[in-house]
Amino acid sequence: MAIKTSVKPKIKNCTNYFIVGAFFLVFLIIDLASGGLRNSSSILLTKIAYSIILAVSLNIVVGFLGELSLGHAGFMCVGAYIGCFFENILADIIPSKILLIIAAMIIGGLAAALSGIVIGIPTLRLKGDYLAIATLAFGEIVRTIFKNQAVFGGALGLTTHRYGKSLWIIAFAVVFICLFITQNLMLSKQGRAIKAIRDNEIAARAMGVNVTYYKMVAFVISAFFAGIAGVIYGNLISPVSNTFFDFNYSIEILVMVVLGGMGNITGSILAATVLTFVNVKLTTQLSGDLAALKNLIYALILIVIVVYNNAPALRGLREKLDFFKFVTGLKEKLFKKKPGDSEPPSTASWDKIPTKIDMDALLSTDVTPDKSFEADKSASRRKE
Amino acid sequence: MKEYLLETKDLGISFGGLKAVQNLSLKIEKGELYGLIGPNGAGKTTVFNMLTGVYKPTTGSFLLEGKDLTGKAPAEINRLGIARTFQNIRLFSNMTVIDNVLTGLGNSSSCSLFESVFRLPGYWKSESALRQEARELLDVFGLDAERRTLASALPYGKQRKLEIARALATHPKLLLLDEPAAGMNPQETLELTETIKFIKDKFDITVLLIEHDMNLVTGVCDRLTVLNFGTVLAEGNTSDVLHNPEVIKAYLGD
Amino acid sequence: MSFFSTLINGLSLGGIYALIALGYTMVYGIAKMLNFAHGDIIMVGAYAIVTTLGLGLHPLAAIVAAVIVCTLLGIATEAFAYRPLRGASPLAVLITAIGVSYLLQSIAQMIYGSQGIPVTLGAFGAVSVFGTSIQISSLITLGLCVIIMTALTLFVNNTRVGCAMLAVSEDKAAAQLMGINVNAIITLTFAIGSALAAFASTFYLMQIPSASPTLGSMPGIKAFTAAVIGGIGSIPGAMIGGILLGVIEKLALSFPALAPYTTAIEFALLIIILLVKPTGLLGKKRREKV
Repeated sequence: MAIKTSVKPKIKNCTNYFIVGAFFLVFLIIDLASGGLRNSSSILLTKIAYSIILAVSLNIVVGFLGELSLGHAGFMCVGAYIGCFFENILADIIPSKILLIIAAMIIGGLAAALSGIVIGIPTLRLKGDYLAIATLAFGEIVRTIFKNQAVFGGALGLTTHRYGKSLWIIAFAVVFICLFITQNLMLSKQGRAIKAIRDNEIAARAMGVNVTYYKMVAFVISAFFAGIAGVIYGNLISPVSNTFFDFNYSIEILVMVVLGGMGNITGSILAATVLTFVNVKLTTQLSGDLAALKNLIYALILIVIVVYNNAPALRGLREKLDFFKFVTGLKEKLFKKKPGDSEPPSTASWDKIPTKIDMDALLSTDVTPDKSFEADKSASRRKE
Repeated sequence: MKEYLLETKDLGISFGGLKAVQNLSLKIEKGELYGLIGPNGAGKTTVFNMLTGVYKPTTGSFLLEGKDLTGKAPAEINRLGIARTFQNIRLFSNMTVIDNVLTGLGNSSSCSLFESVFRLPGYWKSESALRQEARELLDVFGLDAERRTLASALPYGKQRKLEIARALATHPKLLLLDEPAAGMNPQETLELTETIKFIKDKFDITVLLIEHDMNLVTGVCDRLTVLNFGTVLAEGNTSDVLHNPEVIKAYLGD
Repeated sequence: MSFFSTLINGLSLGGIYALIALGYTMVYGIAKMLNFAHGDIIMVGAYAIVTTLGLGLHPLAAIVAAVIVCTLLGIATEAFAYRPLRGASPLAVLITAIGVSYLLQSIAQMIYGSQGIPVTLGAFGAVSVFGTSIQISSLITLGLCVIIMTALTLFVNNTRVGCAMLAVSEDKAAAQLMGINVNAIITLTFAIGSALAAFASTFYLMQIPSASPTLGSMPGIKAFTAAVIGGIGSIPGAMIGGILLGVIEKLALSFPALAPYTTAIEFALLIIILLVKPTGLLGKKRREKV
């Protein structure tokens, strides 16, 4: 057989590192050249970083596994409270600031991952809408519990250790780790199993995929990074209050994932960056009830994008304006490649919602042509 | 006592009061090409669903190489040696052709989650081996050139082939094909007949197939079982069964 | 507060939840979608009441106005946001519904501000029954909820249109072949669900007399929970789920040790019930054909 193949690291899979790396370097240079970023800029950068972490990690569950989670802020909440709580305790033992925050992030991430296991064992066997409402319930339960614990500061919130201006550098380091793990996961046997569950759970089972295990893997890794994002948040803002992690925040992260494209990591990065920037800017510019304008814009963008990408009637228009095809075509023209040479995205098709539930419903109606008539003929022919 | 590759003992299932399949006793030898035919609604796909763990049989049991697999979960049954295709194609449609096959191959790799996530040497080794095998498998079905297209973008006939390739990737002992020729033109059906015979020898497997296309059935199957209303109407050598007056009556009606 | 009055309060709160849950469950049953914006229809109803009362009109006129506004709003959201997505993935529809919810809240905030606006639908006082004092508003709520729910059950089970609704919820394609106008039935379902939400907002304002943009959020999510507990898609299920949740909420609030955890208890109940019965108390199990 002539086929010989081997797998080597490819530059192509590094797009996201380049994007984030370039972004990071630009600000690092500004930081060093100008003798320190302004306080507001460093806060903004930190917010962008933890938003990217949240969006990318939620994308593992929503975009790659194909299950809707409405409780991502709940995992962030667990990470923020537990991680920062131990950070306060460890502050006396660990003198180094950087080691302290690393320890806090590990503890917060593990606590969130553990809560992911605890909530995942019972709820992951639920399907679609039911899983969505169960994760929503989880998020609200977590919030209510932390609100009522005096050790965690009760309703006022937990007073945390603030890291200081260079927090954004640490936050971006975590973004890199998060991208590294998520991308590697998705290009491995485990990632394929996760995507297979999204595309067709029944077929995945029939191919020997341990569905429960891989759902758990996706869920726990996603929760782990949400927890770390929580610790970063806790090091930025003190006190950490439970009201921040409400249902609306889970939705906000979901919006980033949807806008960036389900299963599209680059999209999540861009959407998280842009939305966080717009969000912070609008919040500082719009005062009082005009702040609602921000949500109004959010809502309109969300509705328009989802309807545009999913409405059956707009299929023709979508194909005409297909961004990916456009890029491929451009590449082929520029580099004189043979058509069809370039690889389609390893992700789901460009920002479309996985249609698992819908597809199964469709396939459950038997549409294969009825062949019994032909069988009749051949049987009767034989008889003659 | 002779050991069969697949043996079902009085296998039956009922939904509510409806007995979809009853007293099914199949004995399939290693290396056979066995056909399961019958009019629509006879319960053929239900048999497949029981053999792959999608439905739990209400009566009886089935054994693969003498090992009782009744009531096991679909993924476990697959790992123990039964793979299938679906009547209504169920590919991983948002994944590439090669990724579909690689998913099937997943269980034969020992690469751990830790190795995958941190790209340790074990990952590169396992990934290279898997891809090599996947491409060889795709080559058998003439799909290697299209390995990078999305599964949903393949034409219908090729999707059916990809489903078979994906099932073979799980290294089964017994391959269940649910109407593999449905929707194919005569030329494609002819090719499929050859392919099925070829893979049987190449991968040393046994095939049980459901089919309405009599050209495929007569071209491929050594033996047949005919189901009608969930019960066995006839079984034996292909030509004997097809000349059985009872079978002809079931197909044509009275 | 005695146990008896807690129970009555719980039942009346449960009645409100049940009315909202009916909207969720009917839309789910007929259109197979989770209308996340349903809670915000209640909020719009409340502002309709505020506006009408502000014009100096009678409270009854305000209620009528709320019903009309909500019904029209329900029909409009279906037509503009959900109908284009008919046949798309349920996840897409759910996310759109979340978008609609955001949209309604932010519009309300821009018009009326984020501060609560006090509303008085009349002073009702309390009566003494078996030696305990009971709010009359609770009794009115309870009584009217029972009447509305009975009427709805009779409507669905005994009229031709109700029959058509049941048919659509069983099998959309088959219903269409039987000559039922599926689109009209879906519109009607949204209209009924939204009208029920208008009544719910009336009763809600009788208990908590203040309208704010996020007024619908919590009752909406709780009623949604109630619908899922009862088995989403099932009308009696929504009633049972709503009443169960209302009673549990008031009971939990009456114990000082449990009171702060009320929300957690309610949501934990949801998770527990889903674990025991993954489709809710009265939900039907749907088998997927392979």
